[in-house]
Amino acid sequence: MKDSAKSSRRQMFRLGAAVTGGLLAKRELAAQEATSKLGIPLGPYGERSPFEKAIRWTRDSKTPETGSSFTPLADSVGTLTPSSLHYERHHAGIPTIDPVQHRLIIHGMVERPLSLTMAEIRRLPSVTRTLVLECGGNSGSEWAAKTGADVQRSHGLVSCSEWTGVPLSLVLQEAGVKPGAAWVIAEGADACRMERSIPLAKAMDDILLAYGQNGEAIRPAQGYPLRLIIPGWEGNTNVKWLHSLKLTDQAYMARDETAKYTDLMPNGKARIFTYDMEAKSVITFPSGGQTLPGPGVYELTGLAWSGHGRVERVEITTDGGATWTQARLQEPRLPIAFTRFRLPWLFEGRDAVIGSRAIDETGYVQPTREALIEVRGVNSGYHYNGIKLWKVHAAGMVTNVEV
Amino acid sequence: MWRFSLFLCCAALLPAQPAKYGVGRPATLDEIRGLGTAIAPDGTGLPEGSGTAAAGQELFAARCARCHGDKAQGGVGPVLVGGQGTLATAKPLKTVGSFWPYATTVWDYINRAMPFDQPGALKPPEVYALVAYLLNLNGIIPANQAMDAKTLPKVKMPNRDGFVPDPRPDVGRKR
Repeated sequence: MKDSAKSSRRQMFRLGAAVTGGLLAKRELAAQEATSKLGIPLGPYGERSPFEKAIRWTRDSKTPETGSSFTPLADSVGTLTPSSLHYERHHAGIPTIDPVQHRLIIHGMVERPLSLTMAEIRRLPSVTRTLVLECGGNSGSEWAAKTGADVQRSHGLVSCSEWTGVPLSLVLQEAGVKPGAAWVIAEGADACRMERSIPLAKAMDDILLAYGQNGEAIRPAQGYPLRLIIPGWEGNTNVKWLHSLKLTDQAYMARDETAKYTDLMPNGKARIFTYDMEAKSVITFPSGGQTLPGPGVYELTGLAWSGHGRVERVEITTDGGATWTQARLQEPRLPIAFTRFRLPWLFEGRDAVIGSRAIDETGYVQPTREALIEVRGVNSGYHYNGIKLWKVHAAGMVTNVEV
Repeated sequence: MWRFSLFLCCAALLPAQPAKYGVGRPATLDEIRGLGTAIAPDGTGLPEGSGTAAAGQELFAARCARCHGDKAQGGVGPVLVGGQGTLATAKPLKTVGSFWPYATTVWDYINRAMPFDQPGALKPPEVYALVAYLLNLNGIIPANQAMDAKTLPKVKMPNRDGFVPDPRPDVGRKR
């Protein structure tokens, strides 16, 4: 957005220069030459225009196999994230898996321990759902107000894709769950064999064994050839490169559900199994790092989502939270998916603090940062969903609000 | 709802339902064993073998200190010692000793994910030894107590009772 605002200004400048310099005729000629020149040939797998530069952001790391890459939310339009820009969170690198060799083993407290090939999984009845996936640690830097300079750094561990796969319940029924089983221990085939405990009730409800993303096979970085997709739950539980499901009578208290992804409260107790991602929204234009070229009307826009269903309403403040105006929502509003909101706004060339809050179908209202901190303190680390405020300065640049 | 209850009654009375699609083949014991050992907090899954802190100290210096520091004080990898008593303060230090609720998780995680650049390379006695070393370093077990499939699940971690269920929605319900 910043770039487009800048480039339109550049275009205006160029146009002026062209007219005064008498170069208009020459420019028109160049444009004609471009259209009369033969383009590049057809290709087997598409690439975006070389003029498009949006990329994921990754922190420098001595161990690049573990870490996160953030989706460039300010550059996204609509409600889907391209697979190539989907956020990543890996703990031991991206494995290279031959789908012909890959098997999913279902074992533990089942009547018939099963071994399934990818071809066999693809034979089973499948469903497709558009779902948001958000890292449990997304916007974690907001707790301590060490906010990212832009919306990619502050909120980029969330993406939205169309996922295709087989309901996990169907496969578990094939194996026959034994009485007394209450948990499914999922394990990935990456080097650290990522492990999470999933309650059986959720597994029998709406979890997908997903092999497709946005119309093609899941990308290696997203778990090729098979991963869990758990609607509304923190990203870490959506185990990638899935090769094992073990039915048990107890949670296994894996490292990533005890030492990590638990929420430490001010009294020293930590909340465990905090799976749900509550309603959240963020303005992506104008947002941190962008600059408005001058006073005038701008369409504010951003993304809202909730792990608990549909986004019912999004409200926008342009006066630091004193008053709120309902934004227009893009239809269809799918449950647990990005919902784009929009609102025209007159920037008068004066300092303004803007923000958005989402209200989901359960009636839940996205809280302020202050309300979250009052209950949870600043050391809980995960599941931050506070209202994000941006300051639009009189001169047009947009920054984080100092808190 | 009644249908669901009826289903549960039937499920309890009747033998398990047969597979509907019959896709896939029975998993072999080798396949299941090949998935490695996921360890339950009650010790289910722990293999044979044992190890002591002394053996663990040597292994740690050779295999772990490069990332975690020679005294487990942290480096490229996280700090593994200290922090007890800090969880309710402004600067909580979450370590194996101060935060992890189960010793079995330490075994499971080292076994599945460490060393970072060579996961799965450690033999069970080596994993027991490293766990014994870390637990001793954190003042949780004496230096001479060997860790094995029997003793490890009995270790009570200092923060065993430090976890509570998710109470959300706790914020954000009212306008």
